[in-house]
Amino acid sequence: MSGLNINDVSMTFELPNGGSVEALKNINLNIQKGELVSVLGPSGCGKTTLLNILAGFLAPTDGIINLNGEVVKKPSSERGMVFQQGALFEWMNVSKNIGFGPKMKGTPQSEIDEKVTELLDIVGLQDFADKMIYEMSGGMQQRVALARCLANDPDVILMDEPLGALDALTREKMQSLVLDIWKKTGKTIILITHSVEEALLLGERLIVMAPRPGRIHKEYNLPFAELGVGADLREIKRHKKFGPTRDEILNMIWNMEEEIMGRAES
Amino acid sequence: MINSITPITASISNFFWFNMPEGSEVAGLLSTTIWMVFGIAIIFIIYMIFSAASWVIHKFFIDSRNKAKGYTSLKTVTFGDESAVVANRFASVASVVAIFFFWGLATGSSLLGPIQLPAPFLGKTSFEYTAEDSYGKRDKGTVNLLVHTFNDKPKLEKADNSMSGFAKNSAIKVRERRTALLSAKKIGAKETEGFNIIEINGQPISRNEKINFGNGEVLLTSKGSMQIRPYAGMTMEALYLPAPEDVWKSFLKLNKEGYTNVGLWENVFWSLIRVILGFSLGCLFGIPLGFAMGLSNWFRGWFDPIVEFMRPVPPLALIPLIIIWFGIGEQGKISLLFLAALWIMTIAARAGVSGVNISKVHAAYSLGATKKQLLLKVILPNSLPEIFTGARVAMGVCWGTVVAAELVAAEKGAGKMIIAASKFQLTDIVIIGIIIIGIIGFAIEVLMRKAESRLIPWKGRG
Repeated sequence: MSGLNINDVSMTFELPNGGSVEALKNINLNIQKGELVSVLGPSGCGKTTLLNILAGFLAPTDGIINLNGEVVKKPSSERGMVFQQGALFEWMNVSKNIGFGPKMKGTPQSEIDEKVTELLDIVGLQDFADKMIYEMSGGMQQRVALARCLANDPDVILMDEPLGALDALTREKMQSLVLDIWKKTGKTIILITHSVEEALLLGERLIVMAPRPGRIHKEYNLPFAELGVGADLREIKRHKKFGPTRDEILNMIWNMEEEIMGRAES
Repeated sequence: MINSITPITASISNFFWFNMPEGSEVAGLLSTTIWMVFGIAIIFIIYMIFSAASWVIHKFFIDSRNKAKGYTSLKTVTFGDESAVVANRFASVASVVAIFFFWGLATGSSLLGPIQLPAPFLGKTSFEYTAEDSYGKRDKGTVNLLVHTFNDKPKLEKADNSMSGFAKNSAIKVRERRTALLSAKKIGAKETEGFNIIEINGQPISRNEKINFGNGEVLLTSKGSMQIRPYAGMTMEALYLPAPEDVWKSFLKLNKEGYTNVGLWENVFWSLIRVILGFSLGCLFGIPLGFAMGLSNWFRGWFDPIVEFMRPVPPLALIPLIIIWFGIGEQGKISLLFLAALWIMTIAARAGVSGVNISKVHAAYSLGATKKQLLLKVILPNSLPEIFTGARVAMGVCWGTVVAAELVAAEKGAGKMIIAASKFQLTDIVIIGIIIIGIIGFAIEVLMRKAESRLIPWKGRG
């Protein structure tokens, strides 16, 4: 069995007041190697919980996750993670951050240096190898985070709203970069986002989740990611199917939010 | 004494032996505090008047050379924008000058030249008194007064009594700012029945009254003797506060000869070495302890009661126990400083661990780090800013504690020097000691801040 298999995963959080919250209920998902999957949903639908379970930071209360036939139990370098922000080591410079993973495994320094140079090139930070993290802008920091994750050559890259804190222009550039990396490396990428447009652009497969309990609501197969590789993303957004799909999903999420509000008020 | 009124207060006062303060004690406490409010306010007002005067000088004579530069000069909103407020160097210098000025003024310093407060009377003076005997007969006598300084030991000329009647002439010497008692027996009360002083320099006086004789005051005591107080001036006695130039001279002497066979810098060296050793021990044990508390439930639970209890205990409160246990040797002092630094460093290291952003920990594990690698490569560097902040606090506390410990018991050290000097009323040495202790405390803080910005440039920018 290859790829990532999520079998009937449920997650229930006990609350201190004795109640419980069903963050995830019976999630089933099979992700093939090399797929680019984006996950979308209103706040509280459990998408970050799902990602944390995939990464191995949380154990599900029910169900099982397999990666290439092996059960996911704890974090491992097979599943790289890119966080929203603040996960870089600011006491190291850019090269050392990128080389962190290989270094932990005891890779010889010459190999690490080679790898770092290659990755700096991929993310477009050739001239910033010796810069400290706090000297760089938010967009550049996320480039470092991407490169650091790639340095370990993981099977799956999990991205938890990696572009959420960036401004619109930087975000667009980073979206192109993510597509490039996906195409160049052929990695499986699972990306969580709040932005519907981003989910459309960065998802061959788009999964819309619904809250209370957190579950998969709808799934789309989309052409935009494939079209977007190496192309102008603004052009893609003018694609005749882009607008209607975006509006459909926006409405869907809007209704879910309304429903939550209504339930909360009653 | 307010006695227990109800059975409840009675049972409480049986359990806790606590005598309610008496009304007069409470009144004394309150009046002292209120007088202090006035005293402090007056000092502040005088200092602020100087500040205002300096401000005027600055505003109208120097201002043009001291304008804000760069971006700040373009800000229109500066009142309320803390970042636009920078210390005015002129004000800082002027305030230090003002302190030295007050110091000089209060001590009659020669540095100030003609600007002097009235000095105490020195030299010879005299007054006449009139005494009456029981028959109502009057006679006059002269009292010659010789006022001398602390170090002077002048010879006193005896009064000439060859021509006098029953009121004898007298000569008396007195130290400046002190009073002298001239017993009535010495000037004729022994020989003359009903001897009673009724006038000073022609002005009538009765018992418990004061008369000014020009260079001082005479108080007629209730027993009819004269308490003579030469004019004390408005300056302070060197015993309380020596003049700046005298302190400087003592400093040069102290620098060269030391005090009680211990050099000035030797004393400072001993204090510093104790601080460094105690602080290092505190770090050596406190940082791993803090990490253990930040990383393990068991250790958090195990050490929490001790740390939480010891943290609010001021190290100074431990001095008596430390002396009982270890005596007055080095071990006691270093143990005390160790305890002073230990809890601060423990809490700083614990805070450093809990301050690690969880995504950094998750990221490190996802990148394949083991627990040991996480501790050394992520948690340790990430908690350095907190540890450094703790170290700054701990160094400050240690410096204060070592001086206090030396005040209580030591053979060498800055605190020992000033307490020994204070016992012989060598105020100049005490002041030199305080100034040096202050400068070193400040230097420690500056050094720590420099080291911090050098060693952990990422602080506050994560």
